[in-house]
Parts: sequence; structure tokens; C-alpha cells
Amino acid sequence: MTMPVIEVEGLKKHFPIRKGLLRRLVGQVHAVDGVSFSIAEGETLGLVGESGCGKSTVARTVMRLIEPTAGSIRLGGTDVTRLSKLAMRPFRRQMQMVFQDPFSSLNPRMTAGAIVREPLLVHGVASGREADERTAEIFQQVGLRAAQMGNFPHQFSGGQRQRVSIARALALNPRLIVADEPVSALDVSIQAQVINLLMDLQREHRLSYLFIAHDLAVVEHISHRVAVMYVGRIVEYADKRELFLRPQHPYTQALLAAVPVPNPRLKRARKLLEGDVPSPVRPPPGCAFHTRCPYVMPRCKTETPVLQEGSPGHLAACHLLDG
Amino acid sequence: MAGGTYQAELSRAGAGATGVWGQALFFVRSYPLGAIGAVIMAIFVLAAIFADVITAQSPLTTSARNSLAAPGGTFWMGADFMGRDVYARIVYGARISLAVGIGSTTLGCLIGVSVGLASGYLGGWFDLIVQRVMDIMQALPLLVLALVFAAALGPSLPNTIISIAIPLVPSVARVIRSNTLALRELAFVEAAQAIGMSEWRLAIRHILPNTVAPLIVLATAQLGSTILTEASLSFLGLGVPEPFPSWGRMLSESAAEYMRSAPWLVIFPGVAISLAVFGTNLLGDALRDILDPRQRG
Repeated sequence: MTMPVIEVEGLKKHFPIRKGLLRRLVGQVHAVDGVSFSIAEGETLGLVGESGCGKSTVARTVMRLIEPTAGSIRLGGTDVTRLSKLAMRPFRRQMQMVFQDPFSSLNPRMTAGAIVREPLLVHGVASGREADERTAEIFQQVGLRAAQMGNFPHQFSGGQRQRVSIARALALNPRLIVADEPVSALDVSIQAQVINLLMDLQREHRLSYLFIAHDLAVVEHISHRVAVMYVGRIVEYADKRELFLRPQHPYTQALLAAVPVPNPRLKRARKLLEGDVPSPVRPPPGCAFHTRCPYVMPRCKTETPVLQEGSPGHLAACHLLDG
Repeated sequence: MAGGTYQAELSRAGAGATGVWGQALFFVRSYPLGAIGAVIMAIFVLAAIFADVITAQSPLTTSARNSLAAPGGTFWMGADFMGRDVYARIVYGARISLAVGIGSTTLGCLIGVSVGLASGYLGGWFDLIVQRVMDIMQALPLLVLALVFAAALGPSLPNTIISIAIPLVPSVARVIRSNTLALRELAFVEAAQAIGMSEWRLAIRHILPNTVAPLIVLATAQLGSTILTEASLSFLGLGVPEPFPSWGRMLSESAAEYMRSAPWLVIFPGVAISLAVFGTNLLGDALRDILDPRQRG
């Protein structure tokens, strides 16, 4: 097996909550609480979960935009977890990010061409005419016309803006693209175009994706493997087909049951979850899902389940798997 | 669509704006008020440059015979109590008043932007200390602070510009800081960090250009008050030294005594100041729109 493009081990990110004049520490938000995964070349890992479960924090920590509290991030075999900003720079060429909001992720005062050209200039990859030609080439790759390089972000539609965002991420020929909900702000018809673009680019460049979404249909379409997050932890981690056909964790089962089926005559017994997501400031003891789980047992309230293989290659963190 | 209307549509959208005249015409059509502001400011600047060409009298020549002469004849804006030509003094005064107004606003904004950007971007202790210093400066009125600096530096044109510029710093720094704080959280800043851009370059390339709009509004609003502050400083003997004319001093030295007996001593400098403030505000408004790519369509 070839070396994974990225390996994340026991990643934690706790945000301190400070109050008062003396900035006294009054608590911690356990945004990410021990997340591990790896992505191989040309593979897409879908990361799903409710809003506030720590998906975006995982993305930002992996990108080293925020400092992890604990854990390690290995990029192509090199540990980049504790690298300084300067030492990190060459590694930034290997991973780039596409953001959720196509409006705030592009500087309104720069032309689309300048936005895509910028990474080339920052890393000294190309300049002048060469950079212009490379930019034009990337524009074509993402389905934009080179003539649109002089346009400002507000002159593009949402889908086109996201294409500019993807073009910026592609400029440095990265191996990994972290896509944080890249299509959730788009219309459904545009979503499909952008997803297909991402998949085409993956085939052409052997790209790896960490694809974050809350839309299960989208994740099912683009991912090879899927990780389900709940309150800062991965609760289920499996091959896409396996996960969608035979979900093992009660949370995944509930998520899949909540997906609308486009057939009004089909009546299903829906197991809808009750209650709210627990606060990541004070996560419940034991399994974080025990407050909402239909199969809750006494030991769920005290003992935190670890990820274990329910079937080969299919991991889930649930005491039910113990039989 | 018929070819003719299409062409008209294009030229209205500025597509045909080629050359200096074409662009000037486009500017006048799209921003008529801004064009008026530009014309007012151009007249003042030209008057300041060519002051000796467009005036017959010297602004400094006194004559007891003409003391407080009413407008008309040789003194078409009248004469002050020393018999100096008000028209000549206003034209020459444009040099000092515009230099002080534009100079101190520019200097104050430059310092304010640097302080605000650094404070908002770096945050932490630096921000805390800088903001408390700004608090102290803002606790004093503009004039009092300017007085302190003017008294310390001594009366001269550059010193007047500096002493008026410094009190402007806190308000500019505050606005730029709060803008920086908001911008720092936007995704395009994160995107720049993800590229691996240096913090310095990020602040200059991505944050600074997005603070231009409030800065222009603030700067044009401050311009008028700097001209008036200069008047007060000069009145107190701490501004540009006598006998050089400035609008502010012309206004302040005659406002109390001659308001009733020789109103032209108050009206003409007052009109000059108002026009300059009005002109910069109109021009500033148009500039803010022109510099915003979203407004250009």
C-alpha cells in the first residue's frame, strides 16, 4: 500500500473560554476530541455530522490555520503538527482549502485573476507572463473562461465564485484539498456541477479530498470512505457503500433515516432523534450520544466507547458492538 | 436589440470611455455631484498655485485709508481693518489653509491607519496598550490636544500640520481597527493564510484595501475641522505666524468685532471654508464609490 497523503492521529482542539477582566479560564470547548483518519492518494474522505460537531475545526486544524491542542498531522510522511509558520510554508503547497461561503472567501477588491495568481506569486512558482498563462490554464480547467480573469468576484454567480475558489486551491498543484462544505451554499443544480468538477479534477490530478458536508446525498456521491462525527469525535468510519448500507452506530442510523426520499407514496417508519446536541463545553460522560440514543444502556453513561471493527474495515464507536 | 441602442447602452456603461476626455466625460455623467466637488477643489488648488497671477493687490500691503473698505471698486471683496485686500488674502490663504487641511488630514490618516491596522491585526497586549493610549488622547478635545502640540513645537507651517494631525489619529485608528477586526475573521483572510502568505503581506494586500471606504468618508469629514482648528491655533498665536493669511484666522480675528459693521470680513472666508469642505465631501463620496469594484457593476 502506498503512503497516505495525510495521516491524522488523535487530533484534539480545545478552545479556552475566558471571562472577566483577568481573562480567567472558566472552561474549554471540546471542539475536536481525539480524531484520527488517513487519506490515500486519489481518495475522498467524506466527513459528515451536524453543525457544531467540530467538522470545520478539523479542517482548520488540519490546514494549520489554528493550532491543535494535541495529536499529530503527518503530511506525506512528515509530521507538520509543530512546524513554525515559516517552516510550514513549503508544505502549504501540498494542501489547499476550498471554503463554504463563496462570498466571503474571495477578496471583493481583487480580480478573479489576481486571486488565482496570488499563490503562484507568494510561493515564487511563476511571475509575470508565465503566471498569467498558468492562471488562464487553471481557469479553463475549472470551467471558467480566461477572459473572466479581469472580473471582480461580485460579477460572478455563486457557482462561478466557487470555481474561482477551486482554481485558487489548484494553483499550487496540491496533493490534498480540504473542502469545507464547498457546496452547501449553492443551489442544488449548481451543487451537482461543482461536485462533478471536483470529481473530474480528482481523476486528472490524482487529488485527495477531505470533503466536509452535512448533506449525506452529496457525501455518498463523491466519497470513497465516510467518517461520521458527533460532538468532536468520529463515531463511525467505513467504506462509503458499507456505511450507507449497513450503518452500525445508532447515530448514523438516525442520520440516514432522516434523509428525505423523493417518493411521496413511500411511507417509512422514521426514527427521528429527540433532544439537542449536547454542549461541547461539558460533553456528557461516557458516550456523548447516550442522551439521545434509543438503545441506551447503563454502561453508555460511564464508559466512553472506542472505535472498533464491527466488520472488516468498518469501524464504529458503540457498546452495542460488544454484543 | 437594435444596434444603435446597444451602442448607446455600452457607452453609458462606460465601455466607450477611452482617453482622458472620454473618462472625464464618463465621470461627470455617472457622478455629477462628485464632478462638482472636483471642480470646486480644482479651482481652489489652481488659485493657490497661481495666486500671484490672479490677484492685483498684495495680501500683506496695509493702508490706513482703506481700513474696513466695503466690497466694490478695487477691493471687490472689501478690505480688513488694516486695509488689506480680502480677495487677495483669500486667494493666498488658500495656500496655507489647503496645505494645513490636506496635509494634516493625510498625515493623521497615515498614522491612524498604521496604528489601527497593527492594533487590530496583532491584537493581544499591543492592542490593549495602544487602545488605552487612544482613549487618553480622545478624552481631550481636538483643539486642546492640538494646542499642547503646537505650543511644544512652536509656530510654523509644518509644526501646525503635525499638531493638528496627531489629534486625528485616535478616531482614524479606531475605525480602521474595528474594520480590521471584522475583516480578519473573513474566509478570504483564512484563504490567504492557507496559501502561506506572510502576515505583513496579508495585512497590506487583503485587509488594508478593504478599509478604504470608511477611511475616505472619515478623511473628508475631518478636512473641514482641521481648517477650523488651524484657525483657532492661529488666533491664539500658535498656528501659522502672522502676517501670512489663512482663512481660519481671517474668520476668527474678525468674527467678534466686525460681524455687524463689516460682515464681508466674516462672510468671504466663511464661504471659502464651507466651499472647500463641501467640495471635498462631494469628491470623497464619489471617490469611495469609484474605488469600490462592486459599485462599478
